[in-house]
Amino acid sequence: MLFLAAFVSVATTLGIVFILAWESVVFFREVPLWTFLTDTMWTPLFSEPRYGILPLLSGTLTTSAVALLVAIPMGTIIAIYLSEFAPFTVREVAKPILELLGGVPTIIYGYFALLFVTPLLQRIWPELPGFNMLSAGLVMGIMIIPYVSSVAEDAMRAVPMALREGSYAMGGTRFRTATRVVMPAAMSGIAAAYILGISRAVGETMVVAVAAGMQPNFTFDPTEPAATITAYIVQVALGDLPHGSIGYQTIFAAGLTLFLMTLFFNVLGHLLKRRYREAY
Amino acid sequence: MAAIAPDRDPHEQKLRALRRLIASQKRWDLVFACIGVACLMVGVLTLVALFVDMAIDGVPRLNADFFSSFPSRRAANAGILSAMVGSTLVMLVTAVVAVPLGAGAGVYLEEYAPRNWMTDVIEINVTNLAGVPSIVYGLLALGLFVYQFGLGQSILTAGLTLALLILPIVIVATREAIRAIPIGIREGSYAMGATKWQTTAYHILPYSTSGILTGVIIGLARAIGETAPIITIGALTFIAFLPPAPIKAEAPFVSFEWLTSPFTVMPIQMFNWTSRPEEAFQANAAAAGLVLVVMTLAMNALAIYIRYRLRKNLKW
Repeated sequence: MLFLAAFVSVATTLGIVFILAWESVVFFREVPLWTFLTDTMWTPLFSEPRYGILPLLSGTLTTSAVALLVAIPMGTIIAIYLSEFAPFTVREVAKPILELLGGVPTIIYGYFALLFVTPLLQRIWPELPGFNMLSAGLVMGIMIIPYVSSVAEDAMRAVPMALREGSYAMGGTRFRTATRVVMPAAMSGIAAAYILGISRAVGETMVVAVAAGMQPNFTFDPTEPAATITAYIVQVALGDLPHGSIGYQTIFAAGLTLFLMTLFFNVLGHLLKRRYREAY
Repeated sequence: MAAIAPDRDPHEQKLRALRRLIASQKRWDLVFACIGVACLMVGVLTLVALFVDMAIDGVPRLNADFFSSFPSRRAANAGILSAMVGSTLVMLVTAVVAVPLGAGAGVYLEEYAPRNWMTDVIEINVTNLAGVPSIVYGLLALGLFVYQFGLGQSILTAGLTLALLILPIVIVATREAIRAIPIGIREGSYAMGATKWQTTAYHILPYSTSGILTGVIIGLARAIGETAPIITIGALTFIAFLPPAPIKAEAPFVSFEWLTSPFTVMPIQMFNWTSRPEEAFQANAAAAGLVLVVMTLAMNALAIYIRYRLRKNLKW
């Protein structure tokens, strides 16, 4: 009985792989894989459909890049600060607040990006369009900080105290100890934190669906609107295409691409994470 | 012997150079501590800005009518009654499915699982599932529950989907809670002649209850705010009725008709209002968001509180 309960998790993964593959087959029978990967137009809902995943990929990568430019430096600094600098009481207060930051529903962040951050950016940058990847990416970055900082902090706290004692005994200051001793020792765990952050950014849906627009756009310019893979799935799901039509099956092909991307990053992240556990 | 001026004394000069070096190194400590606090503040300020921004737009809409009205084409008459009821019912299904499955899987992995490749596969699976984007769960539900099993776009489908989504959270929380129980408890139980199942039922489960509870609450707090998977299964956004009541006047008094009813939930309602251009609807979105954020923050705070109490009271 208990084994069956545990097996449900395996069944879920198998179910995901099976459903995505099964439903994508219908799509790939119609559209060759090569076209799917190289065509630069994604217009499945037009009368002359083109099925190139590149515009959706460029949107996904651009929003993720903006998010990571926020989340990685800030997440790392917060992790170092909490692990090496902060007094006990600050850490006790800061950690729950960071958890709350990660616990706010993503649709709320979407609302915040569209109706607060975008108008704010438009004040500095008047020609910025109402939907843009910049504000979606920025908000997504703040959203991801807790994921990055908590994994990175765990990695740094796993570094044995003797290494720090050695550094302090040699006259190292806190900053030197943190950057020259603790960080290199925890590097694989910190890298895992970054990779899990990437995977989180790539799979994020509601912030980009609300704030970055839903128009596929082959560009890497963050000030333009563009759809990501996830936003496209939302767009089709909101419409009323019949099940089985080629337009409908595109969401499973897009979902499969997304799943493979995040799976790659997750596996890489967990491999790196396992390394720091074994290091000492 | 005439005293030389301090700044001519080579010994004094070396000492000063050394002090300057130490001071400049220590300055970095201070600078970094300031940067660290500043980064933390950015996070805190974002949280505050989010809250204040929504409160400014949303609070005027928060009155009794807003909680007791259905969505409407006129922004001023629209409310979140059907969304609140929908969210509650979906959470009920999610909890009923996820708690036994998650706790069972956690107990199995910690207490029963033999060390073999199958266990390894399950463990790797759980960690990987936690990283799968929620929208992919939506696609799974669309393909499996909606089309293969024919469950339709119902409360049952949504509840099952979200249960699968939070399963890894519940499993991990259960395992951590069980792992914290010292081996001596098990040895004591076995020494009294208890079977493995008796040990699990009378000792392991009761002692890990609050840990499991924390995981379940965090999971449900995540599930209640999930929008993407629910949109993907094709939930309607305009629901101006309530699902059939679960309790009936005639026998057998309990009805499960509501499980198959179409529904809407809080985040979907908010998404629907956010994506409209009219400002009046965006005020509704802010109000709905405020209710949603208070709900999730309250759940998270409860979980943090339980964990805090747990850490304080539990000393093995």
